[in-house]
Amino acid sequence: MRIHFKTSYEHDIRLFPDWWSFFVYASLIFIAVVLPWLIDDFYLGEVTNVLIWAIAGLGLMMLTGQTGQASLGHAAFLALGCYSCVIFMEQGWPFLIAFPAAGFLTGVVGTIIAIPAIRLHGIYLAIATIALSILADDIIVLMEPITDGVSGKFAPMINIFGIEIERWTTPDRFYWLVLAVTILCTLAYRNILRSPLGRAFAAVRDSEVSATAMGVHIAKTKAISFGISCAITGLAGALMGFYSGAFNNETFNIVISITLLMMIVIGGLGSIHGAFFGAVVVAFLPQFLSIAKETVIGGGVAIPGLETGVFGMILILFILFEPMGIYGRWMKIRIWFELFPFARKDMFKRQKSYLKTERLR
Amino acid sequence: MEVLQLLVSGLANGCVYGLIALGFVLIYKATEQVNFAQGDFMMLGAFITLGLTNAHYMGLPFWVAAPLAIAIMAVLGYLLDFFVLRHLFGQSQTAVVILTIALGFVIRFVAGLIWTHEPQTLESPLAIGDINIGGLVLGRADVAVIVVTVLLTFFLYQFFQRTKLGLAMQAASQNQMAAYFMGIPVKRVQGMIWGLSGAVAAVAGILFASKGAIDPNAGLLGIKAFAAAVIGGFGSLPGALMGGLIVGVIEPFASYYFPAGYSQIAPYALLLFVLVFRPHGLFSQVRTKKV
Repeated sequence: MRIHFKTSYEHDIRLFPDWWSFFVYASLIFIAVVLPWLIDDFYLGEVTNVLIWAIAGLGLMMLTGQTGQASLGHAAFLALGCYSCVIFMEQGWPFLIAFPAAGFLTGVVGTIIAIPAIRLHGIYLAIATIALSILADDIIVLMEPITDGVSGKFAPMINIFGIEIERWTTPDRFYWLVLAVTILCTLAYRNILRSPLGRAFAAVRDSEVSATAMGVHIAKTKAISFGISCAITGLAGALMGFYSGAFNNETFNIVISITLLMMIVIGGLGSIHGAFFGAVVVAFLPQFLSIAKETVIGGGVAIPGLETGVFGMILILFILFEPMGIYGRWMKIRIWFELFPFARKDMFKRQKSYLKTERLR
Repeated sequence: MEVLQLLVSGLANGCVYGLIALGFVLIYKATEQVNFAQGDFMMLGAFITLGLTNAHYMGLPFWVAAPLAIAIMAVLGYLLDFFVLRHLFGQSQTAVVILTIALGFVIRFVAGLIWTHEPQTLESPLAIGDINIGGLVLGRADVAVIVVTVLLTFFLYQFFQRTKLGLAMQAASQNQMAAYFMGIPVKRVQGMIWGLSGAVAAVAGILFASKGAIDPNAGLLGIKAFAAAVIGGFGSLPGALMGGLIVGVIEPFASYYFPAGYSQIAPYALLLFVLVFRPHGLFSQVRTKKV
């Protein structure tokens, strides 16, 4: 067991708690970089998919996990990021400018949308964002001159300083691009968490009343959280567009929004690991199910809705038995080993709590 | 005349939305939870009735099958609370939101397995025939929908205002611990409210299936019912009905007067508008507490 003696505030907010964890993450990144030489193109594509979902998960995690605002409309921001990036590139902007610009634009739009939305609590916000998700679908169709409506758009070739990157012809380059964005987003996320802003987010999540008492500006904090969350989501959306190659109004529908929220819950709310664990589950569940189906009842039998049904069941079990998600389970196992003879069963028992209405606010 | 016809068909649709919204509001009023699967409950209620009634399945007479289906849905609602939601007692609203969305997925999947994904019609006596009132053509199903909805809303409103159980439900929602100390069996009361909302969902389902075909994805109608519930005010039963009517009436008018793409966004645009200017809905009973 490693014991951290924190002797100063700087200790408490270090990026890595000790050299060992720095070493672990460095080797993880090393493995990720050399991955294209280790596995074939099909699985590389799958890993790329996982990374893109993880970025999108990080985006929503900032809002739901850190600030406590459940959003069911993030597919709208994925769509905005995707369309704006591709449209910028069609205007002749290079990828290196169009990509951050798409993220920035999504962030700005998210903040503008947040200004009325921050007056809403819990359920109302969830419903307002559902409406947003449905509206996005129709607005894409209505803005046909720009978005090509139902017939959809094709993602152009990415060109960075003469290096051509395309999902199908050069999957390894595309993978490295996604990996770079993932690492940058994760670092940014981690750095926000250890800044005053990140602690303001946590304060708003845990209790708005005490956050106000501590001098946190609730509305401003929520709006910033919305903005950052949407910016990261926009980047993920752009990458999703390049990953799928072609997209239209149906690509980013409300099911994607719901899947995204469920993904971060399965992974573990409020942790960076959770976004990655959740992304692995979401990306590999369809494959896993089709393999399981073939071994159990033999191939060729189509069961419509099986994936969403099983996904729903997994989710119900997680919420009932492991509200902290896969990351929570992993932590518990690790702590059990670290404390080996002293671990007790009731260490993680939830406290009883009673509901007092928030309706009279 | 045309306007009147649009209005009436809109009202009939709106009543179905209103009934689903009533289910949300019931649960929200009594438990502060929101059942995002209410639309799927409605679908399930419709399919259970269909399975009992249609000659292809059980072939019971409609007037036996309908109460039976309502009872089954009530029991299902209670069991759901007993086995699942009771474990979330006192946890955050987000957990319940996600749980009920997942539940909706599971219900849709199970209904698809049992009754297939093909649209089917309920062989209901309500579905047959039109009523002609001075040039206005009304389906009998539409009339039934409107009458049943108004009656149900009235009874539920009286139930919450007048009866001991209704008041107990409201008390349990505002402060679980205090209600418990006053001798209200909070857990059982919450189970009952889920049962009641299951029954309301079944009524909505039967009426909806009488109006036209139904398939497992009909539960997505719940999203429109959300718009209705929010527009009306989440804590108010008559508000839910009014919200449903507003959404229902807006739809045919928007598709009549606006070009194709714009009509379907009308309810959601209205929803966002209401949320921005009156976050607690048009008929909310919420008063801001000033400390």
